[in-house]
Amino acid sequence: MRFKLLGLAGAIGLSTVLSGCSETKTTGIEPKFMTDALFKVMEADRTVYTKLIIGRLAKKEKVIKASEHWKDEKALVLPAQMFRYGAERVAEKTSDFSYSLLSLWPVNKQNKPKTDVEKAGLKFIAENPGKNFYADEELGGQKYFTAVYPDIAVAGACISCHNEHKDSPRTDFKLGEVMGGVVIRIPFKS
Amino acid sequence: MQKLNKIWLVWIILTLSSVMYLSYLLIADSSEVFSPGKISHAHHQVEMQCSTCHTDPLGGADVIQEACVNCHSDELKVSDDSHPKSKFTDPRNVSRVKELDARVCVTCHTEHRPEITSKMGVTIPQDFCFKCHSDIEEDRPSHAGMKFADCATAGCHNYHDNRALYEDFLEKHIDEPKNLKMAKNKTIADVHKMTAVDNYPVDKYPFKKLTHQNIDIPSTVNADALIAEDWSMTAHAQAGVNCTACHEVRQKSGELKWIDIPAREVCKTCHISEVKGFLTGKHGMRLNLGLSAMTPGMSLIPMKSTSHNKELTCNSCHGAHKFDVKHAAVEACLNCHNDKHSQNYKSSSHYKTWYMEINGQRNKDSGVSCATCHMPRKETFVGEHELILSEHNQNMNLRPNDKMLRSVCMNCHGLGFSINALADEKLVKNNFNGLPQVHVQSIDLVKQRLLKRRKPKEGSQ
Repeated sequence: MRFKLLGLAGAIGLSTVLSGCSETKTTGIEPKFMTDALFKVMEADRTVYTKLIIGRLAKKEKVIKASEHWKDEKALVLPAQMFRYGAERVAEKTSDFSYSLLSLWPVNKQNKPKTDVEKAGLKFIAENPGKNFYADEELGGQKYFTAVYPDIAVAGACISCHNEHKDSPRTDFKLGEVMGGVVIRIPFKS
Repeated sequence: MQKLNKIWLVWIILTLSSVMYLSYLLIADSSEVFSPGKISHAHHQVEMQCSTCHTDPLGGADVIQEACVNCHSDELKVSDDSHPKSKFTDPRNVSRVKELDARVCVTCHTEHRPEITSKMGVTIPQDFCFKCHSDIEEDRPSHAGMKFADCATAGCHNYHDNRALYEDFLEKHIDEPKNLKMAKNKTIADVHKMTAVDNYPVDKYPFKKLTHQNIDIPSTVNADALIAEDWSMTAHAQAGVNCTACHEVRQKSGELKWIDIPAREVCKTCHISEVKGFLTGKHGMRLNLGLSAMTPGMSLIPMKSTSHNKELTCNSCHGAHKFDVKHAAVEACLNCHNDKHSQNYKSSSHYKTWYMEINGQRNKDSGVSCATCHMPRKETFVGEHELILSEHNQNMNLRPNDKMLRSVCMNCHGLGFSINALADEKLVKNNFNGLPQVHVQSIDLVKQRLLKRRKPKEGSQ
């Protein structure tokens, strides 16, 4: 399983490891290594935004609201929207990888699992806290390495928003529980 | 044998002549000969400028898509496009792309196919929502039995722009009355704020009211006294914009030269947003592409024969020197537009409010002119400055007509009433003389859902 991912690696600061060493044979990096690294960045940014921005400004200090309709209500974007907008911007720049935030209990029904791997992956991470799910899948004739990582309720803001949302199919989320999953895909180069 | 040679000679001459003629037409980019079919209403102004969309004769679908995006991306961005391309490039949605390849505009909006082109330039059957939302009943039982062909035509949803139609917005405005108490149009940016735009030459023309005594017209220029009179009444004079501000244009040599009829680039010095809107809208898009100016005679909608040859520039509506915005807001439109909606304006209740405003019987900005609805005032960033300016690109606010709900109708009317009024084609045609005879059920459905949500909570208390 070989991927031409050097450009991608550079994007997350790994290129320094792979470049500048004429004796090292640069054969690319394993996709699992790549998705794990990407997820670490995503998870860290997502937690920082949820705790330091939403949790602090909207919930604790109440200086500004956070709203799904942030533009209309001149409010902060929700953590899930922040994540999605980031994914959309990445999609505009590259097709070397893609990612999305899905759930077995999505507020937006478009974010429920659709492919077999998504269904199996979300079920697995919900039933096996702390573990990730990896699989190969083929979509539209293109093969992908797909990784599914647990998305945990890291702050009170996560559970209160989902438990109280009118479109939420589940209203008993607790802090530290798996609320959904981050799905990262890397296409196999033909 | 000689006869045969003559036939060959004639054939060669005819062939070469045809090749030369067709090549000329192709290079001149100005003939219907190469058009595979009549172009849609939206693009008719630029039909003969093939290169507007076919920027590369050897380019394929990507080239066409780029052309679509070049002109329409701003509009889609502003409208918070409900179906952006990114939804369809995500690998998990590949099955949807098979059904409807919405990564490219031409899947739904194919040009040169008048026989299958319906409203909004859509060239696929109207029930296209079914392709991805066939299971909508599971999420919204109220939608059971509804026809998919009506989703985007019954006043409930749009494919791209749902800013005034999304559920929470409807809920927020659920029981609004027909007329709102605080009905008022936005007030256009004050002239002194206009002088804050980046390009404004504030050193030469500081914000200071000018009168006849201050006129800086060169002695070599023979100007009509009436022109000075007109100018002295304008916002230009109030803001310190003297004659030379528009008429003296810097040449390549660096020298300032008096120009009798300044080009629109001069207007753009200060009115950047308005000129940009004009050039991307129906009135100026031809000029923007280097074509001759649009004339009412070219239009596909009814225009007055007396104005058929009038070329549309800034001054067509604003009039040089007077720059009378009241004239530009109504009479300038009605000088050309001759469709039923326009013809009925002066017998409408909207016009009554305008008539009263311009005659001092109503407050400023409380009347409804043509421009109030079709060139609405909106918050606009010019550099770092946010100003209330008139949107000169009609397309931002025209079709589908519920684009007008938030920018126009809801300044004075409740949402439910506005949705019904815009969905009533007869009412639109007679310029809103009467009450809507069409009822869009979207707010009813939101009410029903709200009641269902409240009942279990009430029951649990």
